[in-house]
Amino acid sequence: METVPQLQRKLGILDDQFTQLQELQDENNPDFVVEVVTLFFQDTERLLNELARTLDQQTIDFNRLDAHVHQLKGSSSSVGAQRVQTVCVLFRNYSEERNIEECLKCLQQLKQEFYFVKNKLETLFKLEKQILEAGGTIPVQ
Amino acid sequence: MNLSNDRGSMSTAGSSVVSDQFPVGLRVLVVDDDPTCLTILEKMLKTCLYEVTKCNRAEYALSLLRKNRNGYDIVISDVHMPDMDGFKLLEQVGLEMDLPVIMMSADDSKNVVMKGVTHGACDYLIKPVRIEALKNIWQHVVRKRKNELKDMEQSGSVEEGDRQPKPPEEPDYSSSANEGSWKKRRKDEEEEAEERDDTSTLKKPRVVWSVELHQQFVGAVNQLGIDKAVPKKILELMNVPGLTRENVASHLQKYRLYLRRLSGVSQHQSNSFINPQEPPYGPLSSISGIDLQTLAATGQLPAQSLATFQAAGLGRSSAKSGLPMPLVDQRNIFSFDNPKLRFGDGQPQQMSSGKQMNLLHGIPTTMEAKQLVNLHHSAQSLGGMNMQVSAHGGQSGQSSSLMMQMAQPQSRGQIRNETAGGQVPRLPTSVAQPVLSNGVGSGVLTRNGSGENGRGIAYNTVSQASSMLNFPPNHTPELPGNSFPLVPTPGISTLTPKGPFQEDVNSDIKVSVGFISSYDIFNDLQQHKPHGWELQNVGLTFDALQRPNSLPSSVDATPSVLIAQRYSSSQRSGQNSIASSMFSVGEATEHGNSQNIGQNLNNLLVDNSMRVKTERVPDTSCPPGLFSQHYGQEDLMSALLKQDALAQLKMSLSLMVILWIIFLCSTRFIHQFSSWLQYLMYILAITQLTVRSCQQSVDRERKSIVWLHVAPSSFATLCCAGFIWT
Repeated sequence: METVPQLQRKLGILDDQFTQLQELQDENNPDFVVEVVTLFFQDTERLLNELARTLDQQTIDFNRLDAHVHQLKGSSSSVGAQRVQTVCVLFRNYSEERNIEECLKCLQQLKQEFYFVKNKLETLFKLEKQILEAGGTIPVQ
Repeated sequence: MNLSNDRGSMSTAGSSVVSDQFPVGLRVLVVDDDPTCLTILEKMLKTCLYEVTKCNRAEYALSLLRKNRNGYDIVISDVHMPDMDGFKLLEQVGLEMDLPVIMMSADDSKNVVMKGVTHGACDYLIKPVRIEALKNIWQHVVRKRKNELKDMEQSGSVEEGDRQPKPPEEPDYSSSANEGSWKKRRKDEEEEAEERDDTSTLKKPRVVWSVELHQQFVGAVNQLGIDKAVPKKILELMNVPGLTRENVASHLQKYRLYLRRLSGVSQHQSNSFINPQEPPYGPLSSISGIDLQTLAATGQLPAQSLATFQAAGLGRSSAKSGLPMPLVDQRNIFSFDNPKLRFGDGQPQQMSSGKQMNLLHGIPTTMEAKQLVNLHHSAQSLGGMNMQVSAHGGQSGQSSSLMMQMAQPQSRGQIRNETAGGQVPRLPTSVAQPVLSNGVGSGVLTRNGSGENGRGIAYNTVSQASSMLNFPPNHTPELPGNSFPLVPTPGISTLTPKGPFQEDVNSDIKVSVGFISSYDIFNDLQQHKPHGWELQNVGLTFDALQRPNSLPSSVDATPSVLIAQRYSSSQRSGQNSIASSMFSVGEATEHGNSQNIGQNLNNLLVDNSMRVKTERVPDTSCPPGLFSQHYGQEDLMSALLKQDALAQLKMSLSLMVILWIIFLCSTRFIHQFSSWLQYLMYILAITQLTVRSCQQSVDRERKSIVWLHVAPSSFATLCCAGFIWT
């Protein structure tokens, strides 16, 4: 299981924005990061479903598609999910070009990246929780 | 009051809290449909110690704002929202509550940002938003309040009628009816009711002065007359419903400021035209420096004399503000008289001394340390040439000055000799090189050499000259012959400085003045020809130099071009070009490229004044009569100096001076020259350059005068050179 810095540097899954989130966390909000990330996961899943649905239509509403992708881009960048954000940019380009084929591919890619980062982070949080419950402390990175 | 959001959590907004602890406690309303971002923003703003209210729907945000108009200081809103466009919200908030609104989005494309600007957003943040960006948002609140305060005050002061004083926080709502009507004009119908209800508004809604509105305003003002235009009458004339007197008053004040600014700018612009006139003394100085160097190259003059020569020349140039100056403008070559232009200080005297410089022609008098200092000083103005000179040690300075001196007289006559030898230039070049490296900036002529082989350098600045001066005494072998391109130009012999030469010089080369003067000098020298120098040769060289284009020699760059380069491209390219030109001149001399030499001579000529000075300082070897001659010519020159041509003349004179000095310097090396012919050629080269520079710098009409000026200096130089030689 990689640490956050490793996730950042080696894999490029997370970027500096995630560090900012970590810095926002303090004693008053000890679970801030977890909260935000959880929110992100929930919202993204919703969005992904929306995207799938939109692309499934007979006539695809690209504006709607663009709006969703745009939002996903914003939220992923806010939490620092770098790879997700990158795919969103690509997705938007293809959406502008009305390239359905590529859009579908991008959607798949999005899902991939999203679940990957979700997996990693969830594991990380679980571990952290276990450490805290065992009485230890998480070293500040 | 508790604001609730249908979706996410809401934090209470301290509506009644006045933001005393600014920016702590700033009341922020953040609107974003993305819950992730919303949460993050809320947390960040709280960390900034702001009071945060978040909502994820624009409509709800608006209702919050309307319910509590006084409850918020600033709004942050996302651009893309499902229920309402962020820009629309922006407009509404601006109109209704006149709060500062910050837009944010993951979209950073320019057109979107522009849209934000045009809609009146006071800032635009790109997601992901960092906390640092949020820390600063309070500035928008302050700015807005400040502007409104100013507007109100302005309206109050401008209006002539009675105007109810409005406390900053509690604007007078007596005109709220007007404001309401105005707002009605600008807003949606649905908002009207809320607009009318502005008794609780802290701030007055903004009046946007559209183009038509402004046109009307200007028309009204013009009709009334700018002095008589009062807001009340303007308002009546404009007859725009909803426009208040205060609006007009504040706008009128701004308009008046704008008019005042316009008139001030136009004045300034007219003044600024004066400045461009000044510049280009450089070339002259550089030329003179070159002359000196050339002279020095000749090695004829004793180091001391060269030093003095150079000092004089340099001093002149500094005085003239042209000598050390790079050839900024060929016209200014002769603008020795405008020391202020470049070096501006107190050197006008030197300007006159510039004339005196002519006296120095060919007279490598011992240059006092002071003169040398002057030279250095001028070189400094050039940009440190002097430094280099000194850096190279007194020797170099002295030697260079000496060389200058030598060059000068020699330029007249000796140079010719030198040219034959073509060896002298080497020396100065090497010396010049180090010197040149100093004052690259100014010494177009001289500076060039710094990078270059040094031939050009020799010509570039006085310092170069000084360096060149060094040559004769010290670094004979060092000189790659660059510095004295003037001198060793076998081709120089092709120059014929005589009569036709003058014409040619003037026409061909900007520094023609210098040329002419040098030519004159050469003629004089010829007459005197103590050593039987072949002035003719010099003249020939001059010819060759003069006609950079016409010269049959293989010189690529015409001296004028080169000189022009020197002048124009002074600081940077000029340097190189000049150096190269000089280089080429030097090489030409050596390789029989008279043109190059001519160029070099031109350089020298540019530094005519310098040269003149140096000539002044020549050794006692030159007959005093020469000086008197020069002085006489100096008078003429002074007359000339009053004009641009004069400036050019000066430049060329200085160039000549330098040239002669170089000659003189080169004459020092006459002993090392195996053949007298070399020396002669050198002299010719220098003469050529001188004439060229004269030509370039002087008007056609002044040719005669230039020649008059040049002749004595040439003569003097040659005499000195001759003396030294013997």
